[in-house]
Amino acid sequence: MIVTLFIIITLTFFLMQFLPGTPFTNPEKLSDKQLVILNAKYGLDQPAAIQYVRYIGNLLQGDLGYSFQYEGRTVKSMIVDRVGPSALIGLQALIFGTLVGLVLGIISALKHNTILDYGSVTLAVLGMSIPSFVFAALLQYYIGVKLEWLPVALWESYDSTLLPSFALSVTVIATVARFIRSEMLEVLGQDYVITARSKGLRESVVVTRHVIRNALIPVVTMLGPLAVSIMTGTLVIEKIFGVPGLGEQFTLSILVLDYSVIMGITLFYSTLFIVIVFIVDLLYGFLDPRIEYKEGGQV
Amino acid sequence: MTEEILAVNNLHVSFKTQTGTVTAIRGVNFKLNKGETLAIVGESGSGKSVTAKTIMRLLPKHNTLISEGDITYEGRDLLNLSLSDMQKVRGSEIAMVFQDPMTSLNPTMRIGKQIMEGLLKHQHLSKKVAKQKALEMLELVGIPNAKERLEAYPHQFSGGMRQRVVIAMALACNPRILIADEPTTALDVTIQAQILQLMKDLQEKMDTAIILITHDLGVVANMADRVAVMYAGEIVEQGTLDEIFYQPQHPYTLGLLRSMPNLSASRSEPLIPIPGSPPDLATLGTGCPFAARCPYTMKVCHDFLPEHTHLNESHTVMCWLQDARTPLTHIPEEVGSAK
Repeated sequence: MIVTLFIIITLTFFLMQFLPGTPFTNPEKLSDKQLVILNAKYGLDQPAAIQYVRYIGNLLQGDLGYSFQYEGRTVKSMIVDRVGPSALIGLQALIFGTLVGLVLGIISALKHNTILDYGSVTLAVLGMSIPSFVFAALLQYYIGVKLEWLPVALWESYDSTLLPSFALSVTVIATVARFIRSEMLEVLGQDYVITARSKGLRESVVVTRHVIRNALIPVVTMLGPLAVSIMTGTLVIEKIFGVPGLGEQFTLSILVLDYSVIMGITLFYSTLFIVIVFIVDLLYGFLDPRIEYKEGGQV
Repeated sequence: MTEEILAVNNLHVSFKTQTGTVTAIRGVNFKLNKGETLAIVGESGSGKSVTAKTIMRLLPKHNTLISEGDITYEGRDLLNLSLSDMQKVRGSEIAMVFQDPMTSLNPTMRIGKQIMEGLLKHQHLSKKVAKQKALEMLELVGIPNAKERLEAYPHQFSGGMRQRVVIAMALACNPRILIADEPTTALDVTIQAQILQLMKDLQEKMDTAIILITHDLGVVANMADRVAVMYAGEIVEQGTLDEIFYQPQHPYTLGLLRSMPNLSASRSEPLIPIPGSPPDLATLGTGCPFAARCPYTMKVCHDFLPEHTHLNESHTVMCWLQDARTPLTHIPEEVGSAK
């Protein structure tokens, strides 16, 4: 885990050096002397290798450095300020999307080869193939502008969180629905489902007790990748809806080459992702009795 | 002893497939008496399992058509029971054991719970009593440390042990009929013998009638009281164990017996396989389905389906050779004649 993070930091750091331009907005308006002073202040006068070693050194002490763009603000405080809205819409999208996706997928599998099934499969394919920013624009126009049910953009009340969450959840709904549908169909064809029926259990009991639980287990593995797709989704969605979140800050920082903020947020995203994957793995072992974790040994 | 418990009459079952309707069961008749074992033998695709699943009404509804016939259990027509009434029969009066113990248990449910499910549903026991009963069942089928094993998951058992669990599960509610669909096919030979012995013992203890579906004549010889030989969706010969093994009347039965290895026969005596392969059920003509592979075919065999000839009270055969209208000169020595 530490190794993964280290590789990510290193790669990001050196890749950033290839980006054209400098962190200063109007370098041509600055005098040479001013540039030298500024470069020295932020350590940009040193070769990249030295900057890298210095960054790692600070990082090990828990110091993410200062923003180049906002005078005197630490990267840490910026992340803390910005993470709230992102987490809120991200989690809402994940929970809402998973629940709706599960319901759609399960209905579709149980009504296999009926209009209900075809309908939800079509919806799922549309949801997977159309990018979320297209949905964002559609939602803004119809629900925000035409119907005026929810605010079009900005971050004013809880209502403002809904449209961005919906826009983000579309991919989640589609992915989960498709996945659980195929898992359900597979489990429905298993021998132990026939065994359950041969015990005289009611069909509803067979489905809830024997089918859904076994079909759900693989879906849990999807949660990791889905969380990532939501994280990347927020980059664009937050921009469109004017949400003051981490994704919006990230895109902004890349545009103005705010090196330390880019590094900080990258690090934050990677850590979050690794933690999520780890939790998903643990959850998987908890749900599936066939998987055991032994101390120090292999599974 | 010969009290009838289940009767299958003129059963026809077909499946809708993409290439058309295939009739898998073409007029099956048999009776099952209390406490006896009826073996249904035949090649793959002869309709053994379909017959069993039709009795349990476990075939998928959307592509199955039961066009004719009835199944009477204790005076009730199973095919016309409502689904909820059928669910009361399943597991509590007629139970089933499937072929592959590796896949017929739910991998994420403790086996104790899987055994208890039927008990809770049919006998309305409290959880505690059901658990006690599940424990007794596990002990009965010879699972060591039964108390701890109640909490185990299927993957913690070997194949033979799993089949014991499946049998415990099927017999938990003390059903009148146990349908065992190739219960030992997926197991080692030594384990096979144990499982068969177990089924026999339990049958005596619980007075259960067994329908044993298999293609292994050795298993049949060990277990069965009566035998029904299936071919292409029909029972071509039916009789007591002795009648089928010592006086087979149908050329197919004879072929099956001859293709079975026999320890007492001399080594020089070769096994004689039945030539050809079973017919495609979708393209069957009007004649006897075995005609193309039969060494004794007559002209009539290709055009007309033979009728069931009752040789005596227990022995029935569906072959033109045994038909009253066939001249005696046509009957080959090996088949013999009951006439």
